[in-house]
Amino acid sequence: MATVTEKERSELTHPDVRSYGEVNTDILQMLSRPGKAWWFLLGLSIAGIGLLAFSWGNQIINGIGLAGLNTPVGWGAYITTFVFWVGIAHSGTLISAILYLFRARWRQSIYRAAEAMTVFAVMTAGLFPLIHLGRVWHAYWLFPYPNQRMLWPNFKSPLVWDVFAVSTYFTVSSLFFLLGLIPDIAAARDQAKKGTLRQKFYSLTAFGWRGTDRQWHHFGKAYLYLAALATPLVLSVHSVVSWDFAMGIVPGWHATIFAPYFVAGAIFSGVAMVITILVPIRKVFGLESYLTTRHFDAMAKLCLVTGLIVFYAYLTEFFMAWYSAEDPERRVFWNRVFGHYWWATWIMLICNGLIPIMLWFKRVRHSIAALFVISIFINIGMWFERFVIIVTSLSHEFIPFAWNVYRPSVTEMGIVIGTFGWFFFWFLLFIRLFPPVAIAEIKEVLPPPMRPKKKEVGR
Amino acid sequence: MTPSGTAERQGLLASYEHLDATVDVIKRLRSEGFEEITAFAPFPEHHIEEALGYAASPIRLFTLIGGLTGAATGLAFTIFANMDWPIVVGGKPILSIPAFIVPVFEMTILFGALFTVVGVFWNMRVPDLKGDVVYDPEFSSGRFGVYVTAPPARLDTVRRILEEQGPALIQDDPTGRAHG
Repeated sequence: MATVTEKERSELTHPDVRSYGEVNTDILQMLSRPGKAWWFLLGLSIAGIGLLAFSWGNQIINGIGLAGLNTPVGWGAYITTFVFWVGIAHSGTLISAILYLFRARWRQSIYRAAEAMTVFAVMTAGLFPLIHLGRVWHAYWLFPYPNQRMLWPNFKSPLVWDVFAVSTYFTVSSLFFLLGLIPDIAAARDQAKKGTLRQKFYSLTAFGWRGTDRQWHHFGKAYLYLAALATPLVLSVHSVVSWDFAMGIVPGWHATIFAPYFVAGAIFSGVAMVITILVPIRKVFGLESYLTTRHFDAMAKLCLVTGLIVFYAYLTEFFMAWYSAEDPERRVFWNRVFGHYWWATWIMLICNGLIPIMLWFKRVRHSIAALFVISIFINIGMWFERFVIIVTSLSHEFIPFAWNVYRPSVTEMGIVIGTFGWFFFWFLLFIRLFPPVAIAEIKEVLPPPMRPKKKEVGR
Repeated sequence: MTPSGTAERQGLLASYEHLDATVDVIKRLRSEGFEEITAFAPFPEHHIEEALGYAASPIRLFTLIGGLTGAATGLAFTIFANMDWPIVVGGKPILSIPAFIVPVFEMTILFGALFTVVGVFWNMRVPDLKGDVVYDPEFSSGRFGVYVTAPPARLDTVRRILEEQGPALIQDDPTGRAHG
């Protein structure tokens, strides 16, 4: 047991990581002086935030009329992008909580970045209800609070459920994320030079963590229970988001399949986003021995499974529309594929249904470049999925006299693009400030250092 | 809590490179009757926990009580809000419990998570920003540690046991302030 043979080593999760100390050196070097690429990306993100601030500010001053929303399409690009970002968030919790409960041995090196992605994606998603409100200064009306008019929100409405679900999700996933960071911040603190600002910052944020047995004991249990709480939460949040639609009687929305369909779609898009984010990080920071092809293979398989569920759900929707013999339902689905928004539907079907078929091949799953490209297609496809569900259904809602076409305005496009800047701004700050790969947890899957046995010394 | 410095108990902190050495030292110390042991590790190491012999963590109670509190609060609140100003919406009964289950569920999770975090901070005794304890910065990197307090008369026995396994470093803590 003392030493690990080369054959055993090749079967480990991280065969090229030799010692615990190496993990600290490799991960903490990411927190040192940023390179030009980082500053460039940060500048780009800040430009995105500028675009967001300008477009939104303009909309606040001049009114929601700047958006292309009108009867009957009252939900357009804003709600589409809201669902998109909430969906992105989900795979972070899947990877950190659900795979933790299942003891998947490939989650350790990716979960921290995925969790950060969750928190920042929910922060981004949370902007959209505010943007969509128009009169954003009334945003607190969403929450139940005692008021002079003695009014309470309508707890029978899925929109109020959504307020509870998304705010709970943000709180719980942030707590989970921040709790998991503490031991790794302590590692950054211990490596920082005494008396520097860096050391003071990490001392404060590590809360005095020392890695004692008592701390690890309670930490491990708390982490387990938080994972157990986060697991049903993540499934509930996107179910609730799907009920925003499914509880309505709009043709194309009113289906019981929506909750599982949306949850699978969320994880599908989220894992794709994790791949999109991790590929450049791996390259820039030289993390090849931590993010191995094994990790990408596992993520690609997750993408493949959830992608198949999503595609199956598409086919079920079409089949049920035909089989129900409901004329409005049939027309809505015919209109999706061959109507005004045919191109959006075909982007969705090709990006989410056809392109992921390539993931069946091991050669594709082991090619980082191919995965990166496929993941971007999936991101695009999943944005269009929400667009198709929301806009095609609303534009052909009830009486044909009221049908109309919706086109996103310049303001809407500016805001949608700007929120990517907002998301990546936080993410870029995060990878400079806190260890983006879980230092302590990687050590759990490394072989522990044992005393050299006397007989084996000569080997 | 100030360090007493009366030297009623003094401490020794030893750092080890090897896991099995650490586990052996802990077992040896316990067999000699030293129970005031704190172990350090760069990650949660179950061999060390087993050697120290741990009871179940009380965090589970925090989670359970938090979850139940959340469920009760959520149910009471949704019922109260609908009774406070009863408006029929969509022809549904004033108290539509199935519809309330969603907020109740979310509040169960929210309170459960908040109580768990309060519980874990309480039990880990953090935040603790006083840097006045003996510590080896290598504990967060690759080393394991064993900290023992003992009356000064028995300190030599402790030191002998700690040195048996070839520690990388031994530090004295004359104040004997036990770690958390």
